[in-house]
Amino acid sequence: MKVSFTINGKLKSVEVSDGNSPLLWAIRDGLDLKGTKFGCGKAACGACTIHVDGKAVRSCSFPTKYAEGKEITTIEGLSVDGRLHPVQQAWKEEVVPQCGYCQPGFMMATAAMLKEIPNPTDDDIDNNIINVCRCATYYRMRKAIHKAAALNSQNS
Amino acid sequence: MSNTQNKDVKKKGVKRRKFLKYSGVGIGLMLGGVWIARNPLRRKVFELAETMIAPYMGDTSDPLLWMQITPENEIILHSSKVEMGQGTFTSLAQLAAEELEVEMDRIKVVHAETGSGNMDGMSTGGSMSVAGLWTPLREMAATLREMLKSKAAEKLEVASNTLTLADGVFSANGKTMTFGAVVEGVTEWNIPDVPPLKERASFKYIGKPIQRVDLHDKLIGAPIFGMDAEYPDMLHASVVRSRLIDASMTNFDISEAEKMPSVVKIVQENGFIGVVAKTHVEADNARRKITFDYIPNRKWNLEDVEKEVSVGKGKKTIFQKEGSAVEDINGEGDIFQMEFRSPIGAHAQLEPNGAVASYKDGRVEIKVSTQVPKLTRDEVAKALGLSKDDVNVIPTFLGGGFGRRLHTPNAIQAAIMSRAVGKPVKSFFDRKQEFQNDTFRPPTHHVMKAKIHDGKILGLEHQFASGDTLFNSALDPGVATVVRADIGSIRGGALIYDALPHRSTYYHVNLPFATSFWRSLGLLANAFAIESFIDELAIKTGQDPVALRLNSILNENPYNVRAKKVLEACAKKAGYKDGVDNGRAMGIALTIDGGSPCAHVAEVSVEGKEIKVHKVTVAFDCGFAVNPDQVRAQVEGCVCMGISAALFEKMDLKDNKLYPINYGSYKMALMRNSPREIDVVLIEGNDKPGPVGEPPLGPIGAAIGNAVRRLTGKRLTQLPMSLV
Ligand code: FES
Ligand code: FES
Repeated sequence: MKVSFTINGKLKSVEVSDGNSPLLWAIRDGLDLKGTKFGCGKAACGACTIHVDGKAVRSCSFPTKYAEGKEITTIEGLSVDGRLHPVQQAWKEEVVPQCGYCQPGFMMATAAMLKEIPNPTDDDIDNNIINVCRCATYYRMRKAIHKAAALNSQNS
Repeated sequence: MSNTQNKDVKKKGVKRRKFLKYSGVGIGLMLGGVWIARNPLRRKVFELAETMIAPYMGDTSDPLLWMQITPENEIILHSSKVEMGQGTFTSLAQLAAEELEVEMDRIKVVHAETGSGNMDGMSTGGSMSVAGLWTPLREMAATLREMLKSKAAEKLEVASNTLTLADGVFSANGKTMTFGAVVEGVTEWNIPDVPPLKERASFKYIGKPIQRVDLHDKLIGAPIFGMDAEYPDMLHASVVRSRLIDASMTNFDISEAEKMPSVVKIVQENGFIGVVAKTHVEADNARRKITFDYIPNRKWNLEDVEKEVSVGKGKKTIFQKEGSAVEDINGEGDIFQMEFRSPIGAHAQLEPNGAVASYKDGRVEIKVSTQVPKLTRDEVAKALGLSKDDVNVIPTFLGGGFGRRLHTPNAIQAAIMSRAVGKPVKSFFDRKQEFQNDTFRPPTHHVMKAKIHDGKILGLEHQFASGDTLFNSALDPGVATVVRADIGSIRGGALIYDALPHRSTYYHVNLPFATSFWRSLGLLANAFAIESFIDELAIKTGQDPVALRLNSILNENPYNVRAKKVLEACAKKAGYKDGVDNGRAMGIALTIDGGSPCAHVAEVSVEGKEIKVHKVTVAFDCGFAVNPDQVRAQVEGCVCMGISAALFEKMDLKDNKLYPINYGSYKMALMRNSPREIDVVLIEGNDKPGPVGEPPLGPIGAAIGNAVRRLTGKRLTQLPMSLV
């Protein structure tokens, strides 16, 4: 079946043999956007986090057919015109990534959280950012999240 | 100097002087204590495990193998060490930029393809990449700079000593020439003697917190990982892997799978079955339709494994013998004994193991996340019956290594399937397969003993049993073929308290599932046992845990002297106090791993049954920090990963099945479990860089346990620690 949606501002369609197959693979292999990562396939790690209509979604467990007509953003669409998103900027200033594999998922989860909670407390961060980073870069991530919130409020 | 030109150079047999001899494995200083073992090789290997001067086993005779200069005046550094998050690429770029006299952003670091000839017989691991290349890489860069200089002088027709160099541009008498212009058209190079290296006082990049060279790619989600690699017209594969340990699989029925749409071929070769299909999802779905039976050799539950892994069982080696067994110490006194255990641990690296292979006309190219590119190449060549020159392994960035990528059967399988279907094939483990078929951190059992009389400790003994890290019979061929002895399990197992008579014994156990390297190897468990016991001795003999440690270490070897400084600095920075204050207590612990001493103070509370780590203060002496910011990043990562192992992680085994099989059910520390404060003090006890990426994992378990002991009166003796 053919499924059409807007992704990073462009209208695209993908062809999948089974509408229930995960959106993750349609994005990675069908649309060749490799920034969204496969970690577990069971919504347990967050490496595949994207935004669907502005909300953080774990795309490995999101049936492709439900993407029809939706507005999707992946890490590739987080920066606009080559300008880093405040979350990416904060990640850069704090030099967060180590291996980097989990980082797109964390940045997408953070960007979505900051829309709901513009100035998160440490407890908010603990409760909302529940992805897995095996390099365990949590300490710098927390600093970067606070910094991103500050950058956001400067910009607005 | 493209790689092709590079090869031409070699073929023409230009004068190539071997100016460096770093191949082979150097043996460093012993960590104190007399090593004894029946077999001299084993003894050497045990020394090696403690000091780890096993840097780099590649060719450093030719700078052209490592460095390529483009017409745009960019320097491409072909690294035979891989980047798995540890920041090695950045540090290597700093070393090269320093001697080449170029700005950092002129250097681009890429993984060396094995086909280029730049290969390292060692793995990337053991925290040795930067320490091992510290001198060779700077010497290569300095040599290249001189090669360029003499060519520039020739081309500009000036005396070479009139040339000045700034950011990759030579100038003299108003004439200038970039590196890129110098190399243009040159096919033969003379390799001069190694020039003197820059003095530390003039370093521009080394020792500075330079931003990671791979940072931007990792912010924008660039396709840099093995999982992201592709070839045009590529197919996808999914391989059947065993759900049971110590069992063979039989009676395969592939008929249902074959009928699935989009299946191209079911490959049965070399002892595995893989489904090749048009998409990943379809390959996976078809693979699940394959049915088969298991024939278990015997039944295994966790208790059975724990019974095997017991002090007294397995092959015994006394590797430290400065004192008799505690029972044999003459005179009055009581023997005090405690036992500790650590569980089977999973790597759980975020990027699964995969590979994409393209086989064509008797040659195969493989893009893969691997810590052992050369070994991967050799194994693929062997399995496919190809010459090594017909296999090119192109390493990609690794989505975490931690020792999980020292065995790469996935590369062999992808190559075989590509040959079978005549198209490129990508194949990777799903997460369930990762958990079931990991090369686990081996479980351990420790017996700690001391003889005490009148508040005085008369002798100390550490005996431990561990699953293998190298020679496990259930393991695919891997590093074992390189090193030929098990150096891993005893990391951190030697006692550093040399003012006391002491002795350490290792019981080496083979297990029915693959056990291997897990970041820091034996250090995590050994340090937990030893440093918890020392703390308990302090309590038992009424001594301050810092003072007891300081008084029990002699000043005879440099590592020990550095360790004492580290311990004192850590206690001071943390404001260490022995006791409970406002519901919180501190625990302190000290380790020396690979010659890099590290101490932690963990500030902990217990809320209900939950152990909460609020702050960790670390003092770490890795020698000269090439990139202090990334050393800190490694320390912070070790602290949080260590907390994860110390408080959460364990595998279970029931009816030959390993559990759990995914994140979530395999409990790990997440954001909420990571300390809000990590205070890192770097101490430079040596003017050369030493190991960074693993040593800071050592003290964390005991530091937490020692704090919990003060809060609850309970000594936790089992990893992961729990009050439930
Ligand atoms: S891959 Fe989707 S949550 Fe792990
Ligand atoms: S940076 Fe490696 S998993 Fe997070």
